[in-house]
Amino acid sequence: MPAWNELTVHEAKARLDRGDVSSRELVETLLAAIRARDSQIQGYLEVDEADALSQAEAADARRKEGRQGKLLGVPIAVKDLLNVQGQPCRCASRILEGYRSPYDATAIARLRAEGALFVGRANMDEFAMGSTTENSAFKITHNPWDLARVPGGSSGGAAAVVAADESLAALGSDTGGSVRLPASFCGCVGLKPTYGRVSRYGLTAFASSLDQIGPLTKDIRDAALLLQAMAGHDEMDSTSIPSPVPDYAAALRKGMAGMKLGLPKEYFVAGMDREVEQIVQQAIHHCEQLGATIVDVSLPMTPYAVATYYIIACAEASANLARFDGVRYGFRVKDAKDPIAMYMRTRAAGFGTEVKRRIILGTYVLSSGYYDAYYIRAQKVRALIRADFEQALQTCDALLTPVAPTAAFLLGAKTADPLQMYLNDIFTASVNLAGTCALSVPCGFTSDGLPVGLQVVGPAFGEETILRVGYAYEQTTDWRRRKPGDR
Amino acid sequence: MNYLTTIGLEVHVQLQTRTKMFCACRTDFGAAPNTQVCPVCLGYPGALPVINQEAIRLTVMTGLMVGSRINPRSKFDRKNYFYPDMPKNYQITQFDQPLCLGGAVGIECRGQARTVRLTRIHLEEDVAKNMHVRDQSRVDFNRAGHPLMEIVTEPDMHSPEEAFAFLLALKQILVYGLISPCNLEEGNLRCDVNCSVRPEGQATLGTKTEIKNMNTFKGVYQALAYELQRQVTALNAGEVIVQETRRFDSERCVTETMRTKEDAHDYRYFPDPDLMPVVLSDEQIKAWEGMLPELPHQRCDRLEREYALPPYDAKVLSADKYVADFFEEAARGAANPKTVSNWIMTEMMHLMTTKELEIRQVKITPQALAGLIKLVESQAINGAGAKAIFAILFEQGGDPAQLVGQLGLAQVSDTGTLEALVRQAIDDNPKSVADYKGGKEASFKFLMGQVMRLSKGKANPQVVQGLLKKQLGV
Repeated sequence: MPAWNELTVHEAKARLDRGDVSSRELVETLLAAIRARDSQIQGYLEVDEADALSQAEAADARRKEGRQGKLLGVPIAVKDLLNVQGQPCRCASRILEGYRSPYDATAIARLRAEGALFVGRANMDEFAMGSTTENSAFKITHNPWDLARVPGGSSGGAAAVVAADESLAALGSDTGGSVRLPASFCGCVGLKPTYGRVSRYGLTAFASSLDQIGPLTKDIRDAALLLQAMAGHDEMDSTSIPSPVPDYAAALRKGMAGMKLGLPKEYFVAGMDREVEQIVQQAIHHCEQLGATIVDVSLPMTPYAVATYYIIACAEASANLARFDGVRYGFRVKDAKDPIAMYMRTRAAGFGTEVKRRIILGTYVLSSGYYDAYYIRAQKVRALIRADFEQALQTCDALLTPVAPTAAFLLGAKTADPLQMYLNDIFTASVNLAGTCALSVPCGFTSDGLPVGLQVVGPAFGEETILRVGYAYEQTTDWRRRKPGDR
Repeated sequence: MNYLTTIGLEVHVQLQTRTKMFCACRTDFGAAPNTQVCPVCLGYPGALPVINQEAIRLTVMTGLMVGSRINPRSKFDRKNYFYPDMPKNYQITQFDQPLCLGGAVGIECRGQARTVRLTRIHLEEDVAKNMHVRDQSRVDFNRAGHPLMEIVTEPDMHSPEEAFAFLLALKQILVYGLISPCNLEEGNLRCDVNCSVRPEGQATLGTKTEIKNMNTFKGVYQALAYELQRQVTALNAGEVIVQETRRFDSERCVTETMRTKEDAHDYRYFPDPDLMPVVLSDEQIKAWEGMLPELPHQRCDRLEREYALPPYDAKVLSADKYVADFFEEAARGAANPKTVSNWIMTEMMHLMTTKELEIRQVKITPQALAGLIKLVESQAINGAGAKAIFAILFEQGGDPAQLVGQLGLAQVSDTGTLEALVRQAIDDNPKSVADYKGGKEASFKFLMGQVMRLSKGKANPQVVQGLLKKQLGV
């Protein structure tokens, strides 16, 4: 029988309901695993053990009172950019040193209402800017499958702690692939919901028109469960969409037979790692055997996606991050002689290199004289990319693609070359630009024993479809049962 | 050389909404610093704005009152600059798709009627208030996020007087429309001024300067008077006007350079991705049109018609919405509305002017004035007593009937009491009596005054007149 910390969320919930285990025991086991492993993995920035235990005891007490909750007593790790009342929320940045959230993000509040516990702040690239978690101001997270390799990013801490059984599940955020890429590199499930499906209120903004909160889990059912609890309209987020939330768990059982799945030809091109491509092709073949029809589609604007993504994301970030100025909260340099000096020195000392690079890029593309050539042009291309997806998804139910061109690479391999780093987002960023949904599901391992993810892309509000595809695939394969260190 | 003057204004108006532009914080004036704040208006990480629909309605209503075209689709943008009074270091405003386009405001200046065209009206959020205490700077974020409507005029004014008249006319409309209380001392209305001069005969406008952030109409007038003269003097001396932003020092009554065009900001406007465009349907705009309040000139006509007031009275009373409100409430059920008008236009306005008060600050209620007038009409008090009571009501409020008793001002009409006083006045002033009998009419008035004095002002003048005539044997 697996240890409590190795359970999925739905398994743990069933055990809690049956009285096999208390929330306190579950959290104690988890804290022991964190103590044993996290010095190597470095997935957490903070774990407040006393707070975790008191949350667990409160959940046990609620259960005794006969109260219900879809996640009652289940601990979840949270990427360091989501506000949880009373917890630090540093976004892995020095500039938020000392800041504690005065409020719950809407997604957090909804999970809390279902009884979830928030244990641990997961490491990330500073302000979610990066693809490896190497841009954290505080620590580098290691891939549980090979400690010399990156976990992916920017939700690398969240993916690593789930993969290492230091958490049952985690919440991340996905702006250009930041949930799906680390899910692929760490061998877990990562879901990016449709833009507007989950409220962004309380999610520290990187790029407001692209950001979505998404779960990182050990299986598809858990992803459906967490999405179910978080999804739905929120008056506090004007971009959240008031469309009804379907029953995602019910959709899982419907299978893949009769579905039409598209392969965008621009996603299967030279330059990809051969082994990764083979693994993805095998997964596609497997889907065919499950009764899906595979068709070729085209997303012609694909070559422009990464450039478009970086222009829009950086433009929005340059304004979003302006609020970190040392005036109201967080880090502030001492003895600055005037406000301008205070801003300049606080931001110079508080932000890391990659964040500064993107703020400068964003400031540049919005500047008078460049705005039309960059920002406006990028918005036009974005509209074309969205049209590509709409058209492709009219002829099929979902798209199957690789998540990234490679499996997890070595720490430091790309830190010197930002452009190479940005190309990791090539298969994921388009989905954020199009505003639709996608997930990454484990689909095999390289000969080095590194996990590889299959990306399933759906239309706007097509979460049921992609969860269905993911579940049918997952339940007929064994990849999710393999654990780091099994070899 | 003769110079022509061109003036344009940007007027910032705080809207009278209960809550802020993008969050549910209250907008009460005068609350303790940083007590009306939340993660949204403090710019905390993760907080998001939500548009206050009432602010949209008030802005559109303003547009409808001044004849603007209402934009069926407008949007909000981010204006980027760093300043400690800006929680997010960008302001949410409307850059190229404002709620209202065009429109005009009629003004009257030196007896001449003119119109000032408007360029646009848009909506944005107010900033916080910086306070400097010795070597410390403090920020009060209560004001941050208050809905702020900006009205931009065309360069249609040609003298400081016209700018002043425009502000008065605009304020009148905004107060009438319940858009903003326009309390200048609470900073409800603030103004940036653009102005230039050019030699007569020159077609192109001269180089303009902008004077920022004035919060009194008098300040706008003085700043313009100074700045225009400065520009004329400079041009006469052969100097060139530099395009720049200036500030007005109200104590020394001068304008001075704040920043020149070289260090102008690049605000890097772009659409705020946190907000959806504002789409207004025809039905919605029509519905709001139907809610338009009575405008000043309509009120004027109605006062004339309904209360049979002379045109002059109707105009004076309707100039200030709250004066007109006061009049109508006091005149409700009054035997003679003109009497109410007289009291307001003479006693009330005289005291308001000398004490520098607005009608909403005075203590007398419309009911009290109506009661006072009834006391005069029923001859319970005389005119002098009524004036004394009015002054007290104006300062302290209260019930006129009670005051009559407290102050012992009840009018004396009892002939027995008054006959004795008349007798005494005649006995004390034989010379006046002789003069009167010799045909000097003024002496009668003198004797009347003596009786009033002896009664300590309480005698009923009509009764005294009759008794005096009788005793003098007229």
